[in-house]
Amino acid sequence: MTAASLPRAAAPVRLMNLKRLLRTVLPALSLILILLAIAWLNPRAISYFGFNLMLNLAIPIALATLAQMFVITINELDLSIGTFVGFVGCVTATWLREEPLLGIAVLAGGIAVYAGLGALIHLRNLPSIVVTLGMSFVWQGLAILTLPKPGGKAPDWLLTMMGLKPPFVPFPIIAAVLIAVVVHFGLMRSSYGAVLRGAGGNGQAIGRAGWSLLKTKIIMFGLAGVFGVLSGMALIGITTSADANIGNGYTLLSIAGVILGGGEFVGGRVSPIGAVIGALTLALAASPLLTFMHIPPDWQVGANGIILIVVLAARALLGRRGA
Amino acid sequence: MPAADTIIELQDVAKHYGAVRALDGVTFTVSAGECIGLVGHNGAGKSTLMHVLAGTGIPDQGSITINGTLQSGYSVQTAHRLGVRCVFQELSLCPNLTVAENTRISHAELKGWGWSRRAAALIMGKLDEIFPGHGIDANDVVGDLAIGKRQMVEVARAFTLTDAPLQLVILDEPTSSLDAHTAAQLLAYVRRSVAGGLSCILISHLLGEILETANRIVVMRDGKVVASEAVSAFDRARLVATMGGAAARERAAPAALAGDQQSAPVMVSARAADGDGAAELVAHAGEIIGLAGLAGHGQTRLLLEIFETPPGRGGNLSVAAPVALVAGDRQTDGIFPLWSIADNIGIRSLARLRRGLLLSRELETGMAADWQKRIGIRTPDLDNNILSLSGGNQQKALFARALGSDAKIILMDDPMRGVDIGTKLEVYELIREEARRGRTFLWYTTETEELGNCDRAYVFRNGRIVAALDRSELTEEKIIQSSFAEAAS
Repeated sequence: MTAASLPRAAAPVRLMNLKRLLRTVLPALSLILILLAIAWLNPRAISYFGFNLMLNLAIPIALATLAQMFVITINELDLSIGTFVGFVGCVTATWLREEPLLGIAVLAGGIAVYAGLGALIHLRNLPSIVVTLGMSFVWQGLAILTLPKPGGKAPDWLLTMMGLKPPFVPFPIIAAVLIAVVVHFGLMRSSYGAVLRGAGGNGQAIGRAGWSLLKTKIIMFGLAGVFGVLSGMALIGITTSADANIGNGYTLLSIAGVILGGGEFVGGRVSPIGAVIGALTLALAASPLLTFMHIPPDWQVGANGIILIVVLAARALLGRRGA
Repeated sequence: MPAADTIIELQDVAKHYGAVRALDGVTFTVSAGECIGLVGHNGAGKSTLMHVLAGTGIPDQGSITINGTLQSGYSVQTAHRLGVRCVFQELSLCPNLTVAENTRISHAELKGWGWSRRAAALIMGKLDEIFPGHGIDANDVVGDLAIGKRQMVEVARAFTLTDAPLQLVILDEPTSSLDAHTAAQLLAYVRRSVAGGLSCILISHLLGEILETANRIVVMRDGKVVASEAVSAFDRARLVATMGGAAARERAAPAALAGDQQSAPVMVSARAADGDGAAELVAHAGEIIGLAGLAGHGQTRLLLEIFETPPGRGGNLSVAAPVALVAGDRQTDGIFPLWSIADNIGIRSLARLRRGLLLSRELETGMAADWQKRIGIRTPDLDNNILSLSGGNQQKALFARALGSDAKIILMDDPMRGVDIGTKLEVYELIREEARRGRTFLWYTTETEELGNCDRAYVFRNGRIVAALDRSELTEEKIIQSSFAEAAS
């Protein structure tokens, strides 16, 4: 009896693994597609110097995308990450350079506020979209108070770090791989990472197994704060000076990056490696590809949006075929 | 009452939800090496009692004593530390995690280097022990597994052992999504572990399972324990009578149906998907056709194919009249959770409920009220949210949706999962009545007993129909024999 039932059971499992494999490699495929398009339009861009130039803004985007991913893991959404990155940028370009201790304290305070938002959202059962939308105006206001007009200067150590020129492989690529691997092991492979993701998949089950859901929310929002701070600092390390509106586009970019990377809005299905790849894809699809296509700057923002829709639609289409 | 080997004792436990007395002073003991069968209608308080034992529900009054120690501030963590585990009726696995990761969720001890390997070994060992030949891999994502396999994982997980001891496993409807074969494997394992000194509480609406497996039976009604005796004191009839359910007319022998059905028009004819040499399914008007076999062998798929086939088309599959489907997984496929009961009933018949361009409120409530009367949906107000109904009554609303429509063919995808026996008997009666009026029913069920209501049953294996059994041949042995014919030859 058992012998007869075995082959039957094995077939669907193999099919399922294939399905999952396809789901996992989809983000990488879209990145490769964009790279091929760039290589075709401008072969010289595919070089050490070219990648350094094209990807230098990818690191802050990748960090912001991961911040967003932590929040999406537990079925919430963070609409304030963009202005938070902008606020961090303003603090980095002013206090962190002039009075490092005050700067560090303010940034740590920002992270604490994020963790507190997680607790508030859980305890009062508030919709995170509303809370973070409100917070986005708070961060924006604080950023303007900190730096009323564009300016400031990044601390020298940060400039040195972001300006690293390692041999052979461009710095943004090394940084992206490093960030993706660290978060992958923390969230996808560690034993507590399973609990954190489980909180998004079936929070009730996690609660019944004796874990604190409040703790998972605080940790995930806290991590979002940490990665938001890292993103803001990386951004200022590249641009060297700040502006209160510098991070505003990051909110939507980060959400798009998570989804592009194979994540889903609900259910705790996320992928850190996918999210980083998604962020790289977005960074490349933004200005480099469009410039090479000779699209005038006036039209680039609109074209950017269209590329985003096309890529996400392709993902949905492929994802459904794979499913 | 507390004997030397009593491990858990509940004294006068009560819990209220608003005006509803879910538990009304329950005193209950569990001894070591005992399997208690807990039965009662939906809403009798069984699940609430189990939540109290598992630490997920805090009683309003009463005391819990475990291993002779009075527990204060009893919680999920205490329950886990003292070795009380519960498999809840609603699946409590995380669908986005793998089987191994889900095992880790219930074991705080599984951490540090190599935890995932240890978790995988733990769960696979237990799955192999309980369900040999289960076909589940530790790296499978739970959401990708069929519902039966998910239930297997969940049950096996409750029996896994790490640092914390294991004294009592509570199984709330553990076989509701399992087919007869795996259910038998599970019950055999329960008997083996109980013989080995473990205690078990088995909640099931399948009285046969309870009578076969339990040592002692506790019957609950309206939040109280009304009987607690050794299993030998009960038989089916007495159990049903004690539960206070519908009078013991269970398995009312369906009236011998007139033999003119074969000459009635053919409503559905179908070959199952991979139909090489498979038998053909034929359903005439007024027939109740059973789809049997192990769970997940193509029965649901065939029902969905029939559902999607436009009426009047020929080919492999032909359907002669409008079709309605009663879903089995009512939470995901059946109810609209934000809508009222009346809206949920009327959705299949909107075309008829129209006056001019707009929906008519009166017609809608009229139809709902009519069906409330006919099918006995227990609610003070049909405008209440559908979720205010108990599971069995939600299912009745789904039946009302299908039967109240213009459909001549009703497809049923194991709709009685986790429904109490009183409701079942009422619905069986209704189905027979509707069949007499000329409706055709295609009924997939995992409970062999239910096939007794059918005129004919088709046994499925690997997506094919392997046997057609007439009413006279419809026995458990015969069905199991056909389900496994391949192994026999």
